[in-house]
Amino acid sequence: MRRPWLFYSQFAFTIGVCTFLIVPVIMSMMAGITENFFLGIKSGVTLRWVYEVLDLYLDTIYLSLLIAVICLIVTLILGIPTAYVLAKKSGRWARMFEEFLVLPVAIPGLAIALALIVTYGGFRDFRTSWGFILVGHVLYTLPFMVRSVLAVLSSTDFQTLEESAASLGASFWQRFFGIIIPNCRSGILAGSLMVVTLSVGEFNLTWMLHTPLTKTLPVGLADSYASMRLEIGSAYTLVFLIMILPLLIGLQMFGTSKERKPAVPDEDPSEQANQQEIAR
Amino acid sequence: MDRHEYRNLVILVLPTGIFCVAFFLLPMARLVLIGASGERGIAAYLDIVTTPRHFESLIATLVLSITVTATALVVATISGLFLERNRFKGRGVLISMLTFPLAFPGVVIGFMVIMLAGRQGLIGIVSKALTGDKIVFAYSMAGLFVGYMYFSIPRVILTIMAAAEKMNPALEEAARSLGAPQWRIILDVILPALKPGLIASGAICFATSMGAFGTAFTLATNIDVLPMTIYTEFTLNANIAGAATLSIVLGLITWAALYIARNLSGSNVAAAG
Repeated sequence: MRRPWLFYSQFAFTIGVCTFLIVPVIMSMMAGITENFFLGIKSGVTLRWVYEVLDLYLDTIYLSLLIAVICLIVTLILGIPTAYVLAKKSGRWARMFEEFLVLPVAIPGLAIALALIVTYGGFRDFRTSWGFILVGHVLYTLPFMVRSVLAVLSSTDFQTLEESAASLGASFWQRFFGIIIPNCRSGILAGSLMVVTLSVGEFNLTWMLHTPLTKTLPVGLADSYASMRLEIGSAYTLVFLIMILPLLIGLQMFGTSKERKPAVPDEDPSEQANQQEIAR
Repeated sequence: MDRHEYRNLVILVLPTGIFCVAFFLLPMARLVLIGASGERGIAAYLDIVTTPRHFESLIATLVLSITVTATALVVATISGLFLERNRFKGRGVLISMLTFPLAFPGVVIGFMVIMLAGRQGLIGIVSKALTGDKIVFAYSMAGLFVGYMYFSIPRVILTIMAAAEKMNPALEEAARSLGAPQWRIILDVILPALKPGLIASGAICFATSMGAFGTAFTLATNIDVLPMTIYTEFTLNANIAGAATLSIVLGLITWAALYIARNLSGSNVAAAG
């Protein structure tokens, strides 16, 4: 076997890639708790910068969390019924609607934000409220919720379940709330984690849609990178990473759970739909 | 299906339909109209080719995105195949670390590039200690390339690993037993099996790189990639019609890339913003 040669060179290469990805993260985390980054860690460890960030940017953190939660509620209300209809109808119109629904993810956020501004920028009260940002976030995250729930629905035989419920006299709405929603719990959970993660980190749309009074966390980050000292930017990034870490761990745990669906032995469809793209 | 049920389905999908028409379809339609609202009308969409600054920015963005995609595919195929086919201690940790940056917004990735290659960055410090020259490239096209690699690699690695998992090992054994050398196996057995995954994730990388705004915004405002050009046209030059045409062209490019890839790879390609 020539295995060892290939194994070790690929191993070294992968370690190299990993170093490239992780070293800046560690550096920025360190810089956030170092007295003076230029002098290095020997200048002392401090939480001063973190406190300063909380002092300066706490409102951006609150606003991001608020928008993420409301965005989640809206995508749940809009997304679950839509996924159900798409799972049930497989005609041309349904596919076209699905394609249309996913468009906001395929088109850069900058373009969508511009479109929103030229159309609704004149409505001052709406333009200056965080509702304007919320609309952008819902547009961008809705496809992820729909896809996540749809993936679970298409892998379960919900039609049979529904038919048996209907033959026992359950009404349409009883079936929807009593059978469909409980059966796509895993998809709803994975979709929810995605929606919150994406909303908290969204920048492309938000930068165009925000006003000085409606700054979200990523907007504040860009602001601190541009105008604050490196330590503050780093400490802010640290706060952000700590915020999204539970979401990421949740995504890894629930987005990839394999034991829950014995009907699909080899993969969790919601994971398939989601893993692809969390970034930006 | 009876008429009652049909009505209920329509009720269920109606809110989403109204939301998307009001906040996506109408605004996009309006953007298209504004792009064509100048005295040149619809021909304004051709200006992207005739205005040198816009055309250069378009070409630069295309070249950057294609380079990023190609490099990310090569790097991630090597690492992704390795991680899927070997079991060793620490593999899980390695995979977690490699996919961690997936959730970073563009601005944070820009900051990571500054950490790596900025004025006080690691590469600058190391190169100064070694040669006396401080290497700083974060605030240029090279910095942008590094940043886009940063978000592309994790995505492609995940796709490659998923595709490699489904690969039939018997094919490879058959090729080996028939005496095929390693490189022929890679070329004729492994790569064709990975092809759908490569096309799908390549399209996502390409589309994301074309439209990414946060990274360029953090690094410098004078890197002429299309999203930055759109941003400067809109905010600094107040050229709303110009920004609109560029946005529409950019949106068409990213959408087309994802659409073509989905039809080519036959699988459901997840799109990206």
